[in-house]
Amino acid sequence: MIQVRRRTIVGVMELGMVLIAMLFLAPFYFVVVNSLKPFGEILKNAASLPRIIAWSNYTNAFSKIKFLSVFSNSIFITSLSILFLVIIGSMASWWMVRKNTKFNGLMFFAFVAAMVTPFQSIMIPLMRVVTDFHLLNSRIGLILVYLGYSTPFTVFLYHGFIKSVPIQMEEAALIDGCNIFQIFLYIVIPMIRSMTITVIILQTLLIWNDFLLPLLILSKRSLHTIPLAVFSFFGQYTNRWDYALATLVLGMFPIVIFFLFMQKYVIAGVRSGSVKG
Amino acid sequence: MSESGNRIKQAGLATVFLGPAVFFFILIIVFPFISGIYYSFTEWNGVNATPIWVGINNFQQILFHDTQFFTSLWFTFRFTVTTLVITNVLAFGFAMVLIQPLRTKVLLRTIFFLPNVIGGVLLGFIWRFILVNGFSTIGEITKLSFFALPWLGSPETGFWGLVIVYTWRSVGYLMIIYIAHLLNIDTELMEAAHMDGAGGVYMFTRIIVPLSMPAITVCLFLALSWTFKSFDIVLSLTSGGPFRSTETVALNIYLEAFRYGNYGVGSAKSILYFLVVGVITLFQVRQTKKMEVEA
Repeated sequence: MIQVRRRTIVGVMELGMVLIAMLFLAPFYFVVVNSLKPFGEILKNAASLPRIIAWSNYTNAFSKIKFLSVFSNSIFITSLSILFLVIIGSMASWWMVRKNTKFNGLMFFAFVAAMVTPFQSIMIPLMRVVTDFHLLNSRIGLILVYLGYSTPFTVFLYHGFIKSVPIQMEEAALIDGCNIFQIFLYIVIPMIRSMTITVIILQTLLIWNDFLLPLLILSKRSLHTIPLAVFSFFGQYTNRWDYALATLVLGMFPIVIFFLFMQKYVIAGVRSGSVKG
Repeated sequence: MSESGNRIKQAGLATVFLGPAVFFFILIIVFPFISGIYYSFTEWNGVNATPIWVGINNFQQILFHDTQFFTSLWFTFRFTVTTLVITNVLAFGFAMVLIQPLRTKVLLRTIFFLPNVIGGVLLGFIWRFILVNGFSTIGEITKLSFFALPWLGSPETGFWGLVIVYTWRSVGYLMIIYIAHLLNIDTELMEAAHMDGAGGVYMFTRIIVPLSMPAITVCLFLALSWTFKSFDIVLSLTSGGPFRSTETVALNIYLEAFRYGNYGVGSAKSILYFLVVGVITLFQVRQTKKMEVEA
């Protein structure tokens, strides 16, 4: 009896959750459906399916925001930033965990404090640094800024992980005559692989979607990333929803695909990224 | 090798391993932060202009004459608390259901997490369309007055519009953390309580929630920093309007510096903002940590 009752309760809960999930998906339905309609039809009835499919919305959006160019800018900035973040972040974290000096302890504290600091608290003087170092309107410039701005979170993730990695392997390699670079390359990097995946996933979501830093640094059209291109598009065509919605769908597409394929790692990354500080 | 030779070697290695991270960190975060304190005491009207020392003028100006700053601070505060409570309650509830043996578990998890991977600017624009055009259509079809409200046209609907979007976006992320935590709770303890005749409500309020305090600490911290620092969704959804009623502090500082060109006043605001964020974060973490119990 209890078994049956329990199963009914779970069944009812499941049905409820499915309904809520449909509610969660409703915005996507509205956006995708309307992105395929001519302008007049969107205003008449936003809930209906399109009667005529207006593919021209997409070809229009594709060329107006120069999708290929902004997409490759986003890829370039995100991938290079993360490559260097992983290198300098893992090296610094390993060093800080293994060499327990006062300075290293202080540095770690500074990194954690920086994670709580809002971007607005450094934004204005940072623009002066960016200008003085001639990093304005340069994709490399933006990448260098990310190397500073995203290091604290990267170090935080690696630091917590490396603390739980046993030191014996490294000691054994040292006795076998490996130097410190060989130890790091052949012993440490393979052992922290799962955290590297987490760092890549979480930083991809953050840097790919970042808006304010690119807005401040890349004002030149040809350097725009996806969020910037979408933003300036909306500034130009306020309430031209037929173009705008197609632009939104195009803009979401790459990261949604990334998520659907890497789902397992994304979920695992969120889980291991939320360890308590 | 001699003692001093070894020390030089260690310092060299430290430079190789720690140097790059520390260099960029100091250049991009530490130096701007510290020079920002100096700039907050200056009148400075643009990146290339020369800052002129004006003492505490900027702070006096903000504290006694800038009502918009306090309106923004109060809005940000109300918005944060409201969203914090709603998202965490929902995320916890969803997690409680999703740890049950459901057939659609993985699919549901994917759907709830999906909004989180999309950038704030895009989310804001998506919801501008939903709230303005979508809701009015639904209002016409269902005749429900909720949907026929002037969404984003009044301060109240702007506020709740933002709450809806943030909730929609954050619930999935927090849910993942709660699920991971709930699956780790010792089932023996629950069984023991069950044997002792503990009912559902008692189990929930006296056992599950207290044991979940570590996860709650993390989730409150995350939700707090997301909403208190919100910028891009606000910019694309309401642009701070109508009548600057939904302008968050982050947006207010941005406008002060980069639209009105008051870099000095902007720096002063950013110092105040930093202090407020610091105090609230410390308070939250300390309070919830106090409530954590040993199983």
